[in-house]
Amino acid sequence: MPQNYVPIFLFMGVAFAIPAVTLVLFKLVRPENPHKTKLMPYECGITPLDDARGRYTVRFYIVAILFVVFDVETIFLLPWAVRFRWLGKFGLLEMGIFLGILIVGYIWIWKKGALEWV
Amino acid sequence: MLHLILFSVFAVIAVAGALNLLVQRHPISSALSLIVVMGSLAVEYLLLGAEFVAAIQVIIYAGAIMVLFVFVIMLLNAGVEERTKGSKVALILGFPAMLVGGLLVAWVLLRAPNVGSVNVGAMYGPPKAIGWLLFHDFLLPFEVTSVLVLIAIMGAVVLASPVRSRFSRPQPEPERQALKAAAGTEPAHEETVTARRSS
Amino acid sequence: MTLGTFIIVSVIKIVIALFVLLTGVAYTVWLERKLVGRIQNRWGPTRVGPFGLLQPLADGAKFLFKEDITPPHVYKPLYIAAPMIAMIFAVTSMAVIPIGDWVTVAGVHTPLQITDVNIGLLIILGITSIGVYGIALAGWASNSKYSLLGGLRATAQMISYEVALGLSLVGVLILSGTFSLRGIVDAQAGTWWGWLPKWNFFQGQFVAFFVYLMAAFAETNRVPFDLPEAETELVAGYHTEYSAMKFAMFFMAEYANMFTVACLASLLFLGGWHGPLFGPTWLQEILPVFWFALRVFAFIFLYIWIRGTLPRFRYDQLMKFGWKVLLPLAVANLVITGLVVALRA
Repeated sequence: MPQNYVPIFLFMGVAFAIPAVTLVLFKLVRPENPHKTKLMPYECGITPLDDARGRYTVRFYIVAILFVVFDVETIFLLPWAVRFRWLGKFGLLEMGIFLGILIVGYIWIWKKGALEWV
Repeated sequence: MLHLILFSVFAVIAVAGALNLLVQRHPISSALSLIVVMGSLAVEYLLLGAEFVAAIQVIIYAGAIMVLFVFVIMLLNAGVEERTKGSKVALILGFPAMLVGGLLVAWVLLRAPNVGSVNVGAMYGPPKAIGWLLFHDFLLPFEVTSVLVLIAIMGAVVLASPVRSRFSRPQPEPERQALKAAAGTEPAHEETVTARRSS
Repeated sequence: MTLGTFIIVSVIKIVIALFVLLTGVAYTVWLERKLVGRIQNRWGPTRVGPFGLLQPLADGAKFLFKEDITPPHVYKPLYIAAPMIAMIFAVTSMAVIPIGDWVTVAGVHTPLQITDVNIGLLIILGITSIGVYGIALAGWASNSKYSLLGGLRATAQMISYEVALGLSLVGVLILSGTFSLRGIVDAQAGTWWGWLPKWNFFQGQFVAFFVYLMAAFAETNRVPFDLPEAETELVAGYHTEYSAMKFAMFFMAEYANMFTVACLASLLFLGGWHGPLFGPTWLQEILPVFWFALRVFAFIFLYIWIRGTLPRFRYDQLMKFGWKVLLPLAVANLVITGLVVALRA
């Protein structure tokens, strides 16, 4: 029933309206005294030397890509779990093959050291 | 009727988001427009009655793959795109060719047998039906997917790992090495996404 | 029920839910300050009102009237959008959480839930996965080193633990066979031998519960997983450059997320609103909501208790724990659950 989803969007709208309205409305009463040092990026009192955006370690990237892969795997597991009682032992077998292949991959990345963070 | 209006509205949002993706110059704005496209596609699925597919669209595309994109933009400090003048030939030939190509595809699709319009709410929606289709009718493609995912894992790890021995201490200039490795990551992520799409 | 009544009833429920949620968030902050104070042998807030009970109102007023600094070095559209994204999606996941059975008020029969959809659990997963953008974009748009590092750390942490979180739910789904949160709670009704409730926790999902709890702590960036805002090294992490109302939005988002995972833990593992019913009819109508609120309160208490007790992880330990402990545990749990259920059938 698509109409059951309407309240979610209504809720989202209200949740958007509250912060938006307060931000705009209280702009009228908030003080505004900008100052050069106040507007500097916070660096514990030291004048910043360069731009913050640089290049960061590649390990973050490995984490992100492993997340995508395992998220896809999880998504396959969810409808299987819901249907499990219907599929029975056959379902167990087919998911066993699917998971087995992925567990091999998991062990491989473990051995390869991609899960280390040093 | 209301359904049709909503469907058209979100279709327009999706197309507008896609166009904005092309027009924006900063990669993060382009990535955010792509999230909008994914989100409105999810709403389209929902309107057609395919609630499970809609949820998956949000979780995987908007919530996982686009997070990867945004994350990489954050990591690499990808700057504003440089605008080249663009060749005249592409401009003159490109748009008509696109139009002709689009019409051709539409014509072929419409002429193909057993193709018709889908009524609102008529698509396979409930998760149980999806489960049945996936784990019964399309069992082999499902199992093959796991091999694809495995290849994606291996490709990502091989291409993104800095070349180093597991037992040696980090080199004196770890940042530089990480930088080098980060510069070499582009193909990895491209390949994985292609692998995912084809699955 | 006609469409008109449906919309009106939903709007009423939305207003009530938002009011309860925001008040709950405000008073959780009060409770946290009070409890952590007691744990550390201090008083916590005492000055504003009896027991400092009006402190949240004072804080709220302060957030509204303080100067809202938008530094020139930020990327303005995203700098403003990020806290709103964080808050909107943190609050919206409440839309599918049921807090009790169906009730009839003024002739309208309606569930105690904003909307009853049959993929409720997936919707919550989807909304939380979108919520990551709030933090990631805040870190990026602030254009400050602490913010960017905090944002990167937070994003990496949240996506790592999202995997374990998703996998820990599979066991529950096998047992209940539905994505509907109401359906999952209904599947946990009844008792064994008249005293042991048939909660999923007692049906063998205690490992999953442990994994879920740890992953939920990490998802909400709470101690011992509060590395994104580890104040001793990153000042305030992704919200270093935020002040006044925008900072308050991140704050509210964090606490609203705490409520969501606490509600989800109660619904999925601890039998939702099931509990002993007694007394007159009106009491029997209210008691389920009370039992549910009690469970949620217990989780919030646990959160605060742990915050007052445990030190923080180191980042490599955090990643190791997520990928090498929780993930295999969750997979083992789902395989064993599958085996047991298949062999019993």
